[in-house]
Amino acid sequence: MAELVAVIASTHHPFYYRASTATGEDRPPFADEWVRKVEAFRETLTRARPDVLVMVGSDHFHQLWLDNMPQFLVGKAPFYDANWYNEEREFGLPRMFFTGQEDLSAYILREGLDAGFDLAFSNELRIDHSITCPIITLRPQNDLPIVPIYTNIFAPPLPQPKRFVQLGRTIRELVESWPSDKRVAVIGTGHLSLELGGPRQFGPHGPDPEFDRKAVEWISSGDIEGCLAEVSLESLHLPGNATHGFMDFMLMMGVAGEGRKADYVDTYDLFHTMEAYFTWYPDGGRQ
Amino acid sequence: MSKYLLNKFLFTVDRDPELVERYREDPAGTVTWWEAERAGQILNCHSGEASTWLRFTDEERRALSQHDHVALFEMGAHPFLTLTLWIAMFERDATEPLGMQLDYARELAHVTLPYPDITT
Repeated sequence: MAELVAVIASTHHPFYYRASTATGEDRPPFADEWVRKVEAFRETLTRARPDVLVMVGSDHFHQLWLDNMPQFLVGKAPFYDANWYNEEREFGLPRMFFTGQEDLSAYILREGLDAGFDLAFSNELRIDHSITCPIITLRPQNDLPIVPIYTNIFAPPLPQPKRFVQLGRTIRELVESWPSDKRVAVIGTGHLSLELGGPRQFGPHGPDPEFDRKAVEWISSGDIEGCLAEVSLESLHLPGNATHGFMDFMLMMGVAGEGRKADYVDTYDLFHTMEAYFTWYPDGGRQ
Repeated sequence: MSKYLLNKFLFTVDRDPELVERYREDPAGTVTWWEAERAGQILNCHSGEASTWLRFTDEERRALSQHDHVALFEMGAHPFLTLTLWIAMFERDATEPLGMQLDYARELAHVTLPYPDITT
């Protein structure tokens, strides 16, 4: 069976690429420390020596639209183009190209459907910055095949938070039962408190530092039950109007497991939103 | 009241570089043209087929025609779509980094929780 060698949860900050590559007067004062933190985080994936990456993210109204909106979607294709015109325009992100691990996509779809998740699929998926950002930060050489999984944290009505946790648990079971000798890492990105297009956007910190503190504690301690007791679709409006992206962190807590403390935790308080980086090694890091 | 149609306008304009410029320069004309020619176009579908029932309300048409992002927020248009398109159209006019985004936030400062529902 395949081996789950790392579980990684991260924010996806579309400004990292531009900040980290800027030079001279264009380089923001927070860039050097940000790069240092990202490179340390990257090492946590490198040392797990993965062969395949399962990438959990969320389309930002690029390919998925309100006339036909899936709640959970698995990409099943031999290749994926990535990043879109308006991400190039706004964030300076480069066009990218990925190889797909199509047999794992097929396995997740078949077994996921049989496990009670009515997963949508796409055979031609252009992925966006929710998946390309963690490749840029964690695997910039972009040399591993991927399975993209999209969740709807964006266009209500949304699935309940517990459903994200359940899907995370199922993804783990499916990776660990995949008949393969591959080493698999599951990487998912979301947000802590975040406001987009509202009065609290682009402040000196994330819109709700207290929520961020609690969120980092839930994730780093694996406190799924405590998190589910406080977080609801309604409550997530309070820390910022785009905070439902936190549910992708909850999905990753489901992958990591109840009560499972993260083996690596780091945060970086930036303008607009806090960065947060977590890694779990299912085998305790013996690899 | 059609949050969906407001979002469809913002979405289809944002992803077309020519339409972004056209909407920046001629908002009222672009909205009139779009409602007549594009509102019913079913995206990602056979060409030649169209929906027949999609219309803006007078207030929706006015808000889009006057670049009134505050009214769009209050009507429940998706804030990500509005912000992304506004950045594309107006960030270039800002005199300092994030100036446009912070002005945008200040113009919404009167808004209190709970925000208008964006469910479509």
